[in-house]
Amino acid sequence: MKTNLSSLLIWLAVALLGAAAIGGIALNRGESINALWFITAALCVYAIAYRFYAAWIAATVLSIDATRATPAERLNNGRDYMPTNRWVVFGHHFAAIAGPGPLIGPTLAAQFGYLPGTLWILVGAVLGGCVQDMVTLFFSTRRDGRSLGQMARDELGSIGGVAALIATFLIMVILIAVLGLVVVNAMKHSPWATSTVAATIPIAMLVGLYMYRLRPGRVLEGSALGVILLLLAVAGGGWIDQQAGLRELFDHPGLPLAFAVIGYGFAAAILPVWLLLAPRDYLSTFMKLGTMILLALAIVWLRPDIKMPALTQFVDGSGPIFGGELFPFVFITIACGAISGFHSLIASGTTPKLLANERDIPMIGYGGMALESFVAIMAMIAATVLDPGVYFAINSPAGVVGKTAAEAVATISAWGFPVTVEQMNLLARQMGETTLFARTGGAPSLAVGMASIFGSAFGEHLLALWYHFAIMFEALFILTTLDAGTRVGRFMLQDLLGNVWKPMGQTSWYPSVLFSSAVVVSAWGYFLYIGVIDPNGGVNILWPLFGISNQILAAIALCVATGILVKSGRLKYAWITALPLTWLIVITSTATWQKVTSDDPRIGFLAAANSLSDKLATGVLSPDKAAVAPQLIFNQQLDAVLAVFFAALLWLIVIDMLRVCARHLRGKPVPPLSEAPHYPTRLEEAWARD
Amino acid sequence: MGTRLIHWIQAAWRAVRRLSGDDGYERYLAHHAAAHPDIPALPRKAWFAHQQQQKWSGIKRCC
Repeated sequence: MKTNLSSLLIWLAVALLGAAAIGGIALNRGESINALWFITAALCVYAIAYRFYAAWIAATVLSIDATRATPAERLNNGRDYMPTNRWVVFGHHFAAIAGPGPLIGPTLAAQFGYLPGTLWILVGAVLGGCVQDMVTLFFSTRRDGRSLGQMARDELGSIGGVAALIATFLIMVILIAVLGLVVVNAMKHSPWATSTVAATIPIAMLVGLYMYRLRPGRVLEGSALGVILLLLAVAGGGWIDQQAGLRELFDHPGLPLAFAVIGYGFAAAILPVWLLLAPRDYLSTFMKLGTMILLALAIVWLRPDIKMPALTQFVDGSGPIFGGELFPFVFITIACGAISGFHSLIASGTTPKLLANERDIPMIGYGGMALESFVAIMAMIAATVLDPGVYFAINSPAGVVGKTAAEAVATISAWGFPVTVEQMNLLARQMGETTLFARTGGAPSLAVGMASIFGSAFGEHLLALWYHFAIMFEALFILTTLDAGTRVGRFMLQDLLGNVWKPMGQTSWYPSVLFSSAVVVSAWGYFLYIGVIDPNGGVNILWPLFGISNQILAAIALCVATGILVKSGRLKYAWITALPLTWLIVITSTATWQKVTSDDPRIGFLAAANSLSDKLATGVLSPDKAAVAPQLIFNQQLDAVLAVFFAALLWLIVIDMLRVCARHLRGKPVPPLSEAPHYPTRLEEAWARD
Repeated sequence: MGTRLIHWIQAAWRAVRRLSGDDGYERYLAHHAAAHPDIPALPRKAWFAHQQQQKWSGIKRCC
């Protein structure tokens, strides 16, 4: 009774503190607010949601059974199926789900002010993203670790399976293109950033050789060597930047850099994994965890003030970074960090094969996503501690605010966010860059925000180093995602082509490897190329498309989960997945509708195509813009088709899920539940000894 | 006090090795000895190559 009372009091205190922090964030107007309130609000929300909502879902909805043997135990082969300590699984799962997405989305969505993005990150995560990850992990664990696509096929039918497969492939293409664009924009005309990012490639190969040839399997030694070399590369980039003859070698406009990234992507996809992908992944994982911990410590230590207002005038859709009103675009822009469909691919297939016991599922599925959401909150803080004028000057494309520095500051100051050319020049000098205007894509502004936080906490004179460290750290795991994604796309394509012509399906047959890698790289390379030549920055087009596709993948995962809940007689609890699913259907359908039919050329793909065609026909475009206009027009039309295709895919699977549920409820035959039979676990005694 | 600290550091080091997969080969040998005592285990290098190939043949990294 006593413990009950004290635990009740503690949770009441957490609830009150969280409510006070959220109230403070939401109701604050005009005065600056401290970043610590964001951290407090987030931690209280996650704690309460985990303690009560996740625990209730685990116990009542899913009926998690600690006595049941997991696939890792039953199918243990010492390789992919292997019962593993839950903290180790948590580490692997988190490292896999947390990529650059939760850093970039909040940075872009900060154009609406700090409030909408922050609330969506918190609410979306605890009611949507965490639930999706946890139930997908649970259902896959009960199905021998089967993938989302296989579960969709088994539980709903072949339509669901095919839809999941196509959505996964397309999301990969768009994701890699937009991430490639982020890296290109960070390296554009920056010899320091370009040389540092370029150095990460030979460093990774060196580490690969060390781990594979010199000291096989000594992961920690190799990684330590790599991290030291990476830090030297950051400093070395600063040296190169000062050398008159050398800096020109790394000073390039966007297009050659884009081709370099495309060429790199192709090479990386066909090289053996031990040489480049695997070692770089070790490095990026260590860097990612280290930097996140450092950032959290620096924010708590420094307690910076948020300078962005709670809401900006851009909620009306006129935002410079991307066009579109608050609803639905804040929910599309922040996918990772609130709810990310991609996670369902990790939560099915990879992680369930490692679970030693079902009772680890809430911690790994729900807790892992809560931690990723926390990373998104930190990215939001890093974006909003900047002066809003500076934030908009870095992130607004030249096509929106004007080509020259004077034009850009005049436009941005006229919006009510004062900024001067001198201020921007000083900032650029401090960061070791020639200019920070129109560095779209989110990475440079996040790096400036992180550098100013780290700089204030650990030494102002190191600002330029911190900035380029942040760029290197972002580029490192963007390149890992690019490489790993291209490889996965290649496997999927080979699998598909193998149905048409057998030899193409052999993943190690060289002609098939070359051909399918080239197809995947050309697919994302095309969108990257268009993004670079687009004077409006490309991010404006690609990021919403990525958000829509990622949310649609999430909707597919939630459809599968809802279908299973209904089929397994848990109709009254089906709202836990049906609620976020409904919300995703509403926002993705609205966003697609607006992206296709809006008359505003900054929002509607077709409006943009028509507006550009008119300008081309009347001859008002400058010769260089006229030269690329036909490609941009075609691309906008293609994007419209793609958006409609995504939405059609979503509706197809939603209707298919509803059909299966309706048939089940009327007692008609449906595909049977594919849950593996119950075997009691024998691991408990082994664990007790361990 | 001293031995406690050493124990603590040893435990932390084991956790780091375990999390990073640095002790993967030792764990493989232990599993192999228990599960297939009749078959010789892979040498370190072959095991590492196999493990890397296996790790990167599916979706392992996200956005």
